[in-house]
Amino acid sequence: MKYLDEFNDPKLARRLLDEIRATVTRPWALMEVCGGQTHSIIRHGIDQLLPEEVELIHGPGCPVCVTPLECIDKALEIAARPDVIFCSFGDMLRVPGTDRDLFRVKGDGGDIRVVYSPLDALQLARRHPDRQVVFFAIGFETTAPANAMAVHQARRLGLTNFTLLVSHVRVPPAIEAIMTAPGCRVQGFLAAGHVCSVMGMAEYPELAERHRVPIVVTGFEPLDILEGIRCTVRQLERGEHRVENAYARAVRTDGNPAAIRMIEEVFEVTDRSWRGIGRIPASGWRLTEAYRDHDAEHRFDVTGIRTEEPAECRAGEVLQGLIKPTDCAAFGTTCTPRTPLGATMVSSEGACAAYYLYRRMSEPAHPREEMNPVG
Amino acid sequence: MCLAVPGRVVSIDDTADPLTGLIDFGGVQKQACLEYVSDVRVGEYVIVHVGFALQRLDEESALASLKLFEELGLLEEEFGDAWQQAARQAEGSETR
Amino acid sequence: MAEQTLVDPANWSCPAPIRDQPVVVMGHGGGGALSAELIEQIFAPAYGNALLAGMTDSAVLQLGGARLALSTDSYVVRPLFFPGGCLGDLAVNGTVNDLAMSGARPAYLSAAFVLEEGVQLSVVERIAQAMGEAAETAGVTIATGDTKVVEAGHGDGVYVTTAGVGLVPERVDIRPQRARPGDAVIVSGPIGLHGVAVLSVREGLEFGVEIASDTASLADLVATMLDVTPDIHVLRDPTRGGLAASLNEIARASGTGVRLNERAIPVPDAVASACGFLGLDPLYVANEGRLVAFVPPTEADAVLDAMRAHPQGAGATRIGECVTEHPGMVVVATGLGGTRVVDLPLGEQLPRIC
Repeated sequence: MKYLDEFNDPKLARRLLDEIRATVTRPWALMEVCGGQTHSIIRHGIDQLLPEEVELIHGPGCPVCVTPLECIDKALEIAARPDVIFCSFGDMLRVPGTDRDLFRVKGDGGDIRVVYSPLDALQLARRHPDRQVVFFAIGFETTAPANAMAVHQARRLGLTNFTLLVSHVRVPPAIEAIMTAPGCRVQGFLAAGHVCSVMGMAEYPELAERHRVPIVVTGFEPLDILEGIRCTVRQLERGEHRVENAYARAVRTDGNPAAIRMIEEVFEVTDRSWRGIGRIPASGWRLTEAYRDHDAEHRFDVTGIRTEEPAECRAGEVLQGLIKPTDCAAFGTTCTPRTPLGATMVSSEGACAAYYLYRRMSEPAHPREEMNPVG
Repeated sequence: MCLAVPGRVVSIDDTADPLTGLIDFGGVQKQACLEYVSDVRVGEYVIVHVGFALQRLDEESALASLKLFEELGLLEEEFGDAWQQAARQAEGSETR
Repeated sequence: MAEQTLVDPANWSCPAPIRDQPVVVMGHGGGGALSAELIEQIFAPAYGNALLAGMTDSAVLQLGGARLALSTDSYVVRPLFFPGGCLGDLAVNGTVNDLAMSGARPAYLSAAFVLEEGVQLSVVERIAQAMGEAAETAGVTIATGDTKVVEAGHGDGVYVTTAGVGLVPERVDIRPQRARPGDAVIVSGPIGLHGVAVLSVREGLEFGVEIASDTASLADLVATMLDVTPDIHVLRDPTRGGLAASLNEIARASGTGVRLNERAIPVPDAVASACGFLGLDPLYVANEGRLVAFVPPTEADAVLDAMRAHPQGAGATRIGECVTEHPGMVVVATGLGGTRVVDLPLGEQLPRIC
């Protein structure tokens, strides 16, 4: 496939790795913000191929995993109502709320549908005028234009039975929060390429300047990630802190103006809680007053639900590279991939889940007999 | 986040609201909303996320990136480099 | 028929479920970790025994001087018809293959139908026809059957349960516990075709792709392999959970590690594209006409040659080996030269956005 295969070439990857090795002279801690990049890094084993000096800290860029517990609890409440068809991207169904998840609500008879696109949810609302269709609108800036278009269309078509439960988050305030956290170790950022495809790069020069940190817009294929790392390391070695675009084929400086206009038409900036991290000022979007009728929190009166995150989870510190997952008392005991407390254990690419998986590799062999009940 | 993949615009339905087109993802075809890339033409490549084309892919930039990566290698092969030789030695001495 | 859930939300790759489910959730039927828990926590305490503890696709038992393989499986698929096959093909080939994975020569099947009130008889007829044809191809006889009808709204049209018996040849002892370090890991052909073919026609997800399910009987291929050597250690047909689930089960059962070479794994371009676009890993996608074999290294080339000469094994490839390191785990050497752990899936893998 064009634009994928060429950026997956092992020979060129080797050259980029050699170049990174040739450039680096001392340790650097880089954060890839986006969960999609973390996925690619683990999928291709890129972290193992980098020189020891380059440390990758996996950032909080999985929208599913950072959706706050409180919002999941609201979703569960709404989805359990008999008049509701609750639509969601599939990733959200398994994220645990306080005492259950959407799978459980579905098992108990809730009408929960997995959709590929928010426009599929809109179609359901047209087909079922007698039902309330609620779409769980999660995601970063990349997903916002899609969700905005769905609710914009609903209003235009007069579909009063279509609402969004919004938990949108934004990348730049998260970078700000990470950089201002006490003891922050991050020295350079690989910015999320597809977020920038939509938003452009305008929000980043100020961040780079104020925190004196290189921010390199990075894609998702192996060569893209290696190029992002190469550019970041080169800046760090030279003492620079610029915004650089290492994903120029998909990112323009001004992003996608039509998509930004639609986002601004439908959403306004608000504070948001991030699971495992806490409240970050101005880090999210909510529907504007004009779209209040399409806001599920108001339609179903769940604004009163307040849930605290588990106190024993130290995901926030892990996400910032302040502690290793194994430093957390809950790691591997009360917190496992099957019973996660925080974002980093919920996602299979989260730092804690990855540690949990790889730790098993180094465990001693089980005696054969124990593993072999009939042999 | 944000699983978005490149695809080629196969056809455009001007009558659809919002603007819609058929996208080919290397042998897999799926409809996507083209409203945010409304001037896109058949044959061009777009990047698609949850059923929406978010941006056109710029072939020139892609080729420039690949050329750059190739040249990184060529420089190394033609001229060698003290840093890289040192790096290679360091690599050879690593235990992992 | 009632409108169905757009996409079966069985199990997703990203977050993990709450474990203590007091009700059945879709993941319990996914063939992954939740299925295993159901067996360990409910079925084994209720009627566990040495045969069941083998956790194989088919049980091998002694009866009246004969060594029999016995297997049963229920078939539920939506939609009922998909590119390359239908529920009927799966119901026959699936059980035939489960028997073959013990090295057995499948002989007789039973077929039980659960029909939903209101389903077109022509649908039942097409499924039955497919079963007849598949049975003939596989060389088995459907010797007995049953039919029940449930009220409209209480089923997905048609469910089929088949059971089968076959004879296991002498000196053949094929089970996951027999994997040994050094064994060659061989897959019989390109992977991921069935799962992608079914997803492509699932309501709410439809996409155009020229892929047909690989559903087929593997009984004759297995017989061909056993003609080369009876000392094949393990056979598995990587259905639900794909190659990843089968290899993890083998690694765990044998206490060995499995190391794969990613570049050697045969993934058709269209499967790779579909997986890229849906966010799936081809290693977790279901197959219905493929097997994975653990073969002693000394026999590997001869077995591969025999497989490649057989229509069902034309694309057979050596994809890795069994090792002493990382017991119970499957590790893939990536195309770039790194490694990654391929864990047991929680259940069927489905599209993700992140």
